[in-house]
Amino acid sequence: MSGSALAALVALLVIAPLLPGVAVKTKSVLTGRRGAPVLQLYYDLWKLVGKRSVYSATTTWIFRAGPVVMLVSVVAAALFLPLDGRAAPAAFDGDLVAFAALLALGRFALVLAGLDTGSSFEGMGASREVTFASFAEPVLFLCFLTLMLATGQLSLSGMLGVPLLAAWPRAAASLGLAGLSLFVLLLVENSRVPVDDPATHLELTMVHEVIVLDHSGPDLAIILYGSAVKLAVFGALVTEVFVPRSGLSAPASFVALLGGLIITAAAVGVVESSMARLRLTRVPQLLAGAGALAFFGLILLMR
Amino acid sequence: MHTAPQLVLLLIMLTNFAVLGTTRLSTCIRAVALQGLLLGVLSLLLARQFTLHAGALALGTVAVKAVALPWFLEWAIREASVRREIEPLVGFNASLLLGALAVALAFAITARLPLPGLREELLVPISLATVIIGFIVVTGRRKALTQVVGYLMLENGIYLFGLTQTDSMPFLLELGVLLDLFVVVFVMGIVIFHINREFDSLDSARLEELTD
Repeated sequence: MSGSALAALVALLVIAPLLPGVAVKTKSVLTGRRGAPVLQLYYDLWKLVGKRSVYSATTTWIFRAGPVVMLVSVVAAALFLPLDGRAAPAAFDGDLVAFAALLALGRFALVLAGLDTGSSFEGMGASREVTFASFAEPVLFLCFLTLMLATGQLSLSGMLGVPLLAAWPRAAASLGLAGLSLFVLLLVENSRVPVDDPATHLELTMVHEVIVLDHSGPDLAIILYGSAVKLAVFGALVTEVFVPRSGLSAPASFVALLGGLIITAAAVGVVESSMARLRLTRVPQLLAGAGALAFFGLILLMR
Repeated sequence: MHTAPQLVLLLIMLTNFAVLGTTRLSTCIRAVALQGLLLGVLSLLLARQFTLHAGALALGTVAVKAVALPWFLEWAIREASVRREIEPLVGFNASLLLGALAVALAFAITARLPLPGLREELLVPISLATVIIGFIVVTGRRKALTQVVGYLMLENGIYLFGLTQTDSMPFLLELGVLLDLFVVVFVMGIVIFHINREFDSLDSARLEELTD
């Protein structure tokens, strides 16, 4: 376990709420509005923490556990990423399955919490969330498989760390395709525009928003913060694929990570302002496209 | 490191996926136009030295495949006012999956296909994949216009394969490709015009309803 990786993880957890703000700001600027301040989510979190949670009489402990499990699982998943560009705080062969499982656990907890309210409305959102996830996960594994073949490593720490730099000249096309698919996955997993509109509050269009509708106060703060961390984790994943940082010094590597995260968030904003939300039935098509790209990258490597 | 022809070939493959995954006809046409442009660039990149013949061939390819035919197809969708491919015979997810399988198959075949004097080893698998994906589009979609796009992809694949043999057969192949491309598009143009006039629709499935 290295100190610099942990320091990078702490930094990631601190700057995570910045990223949704950057995405919203980019969107506002591109559509000619002034937009909310970049630090808006910090203010929101501060406001929510000072409030009291309200629980419906139909809910059980599952409802209260949901947000916490979600946040913890996302932070635990972040432990497997080599955020300093060299080695992750935790690593073992095949930890990419644990990474995917932790993300799935977070989603599972949130979906259960939504179902626990007994509202058919939240059940609908839960059903959509899980449907999209079942299409997204195979694509995630295809991307990991590409990285695995390109670097010859079996852990995320290895495939995103030092060996990635050596793999880029050999497998630039495959890695680029995998990175592109991962960016599409980032949009899907974080309920961003072509899949879900985070700004909407119209009942039939919401996916993620509808599941957390009954949460309030500190619980909602935890969910918002957890979502921001999840966005940061995926942003870091995309950044690490595109920018291997093992050759850089520690401060330069950190600046590169920060820059990559902000560029990724801005790219999310650009996507949000340049395209409309896809119809529900078209989302699997988007993921099939991303999967086809990742698969093509994989075949290029197996040749 | 990847060479420029390899990158162009990868982009050609991406345009194939774009045609498979999109519902909008104009996006299909734009993707196939981009593919034509890339083919022209590729034939220049693969020429051993820059000759008048190579330059003219590239220019002719771009003029026909990237300008004239897309323009003709755009005109056809304006005339017939079709915008989208609705209810294809093979769904979009299934055709993307088939496309991915086609790529795997193309690479598998190439591994067993020894060809002499190959300058770019990615050329053969990508050309085979383009041909197969062209077939998928021709057979899996209902709208006659999308089927024309599929034909064009088929021809593009054959053109790509022809690029492997430019040393031994410098002129014949290009001429043949351009010629039958012309025939296909003319025939399809006439067919489209007639289907549209008779049935007010470009759905080729409705031809089966013909009775006397």
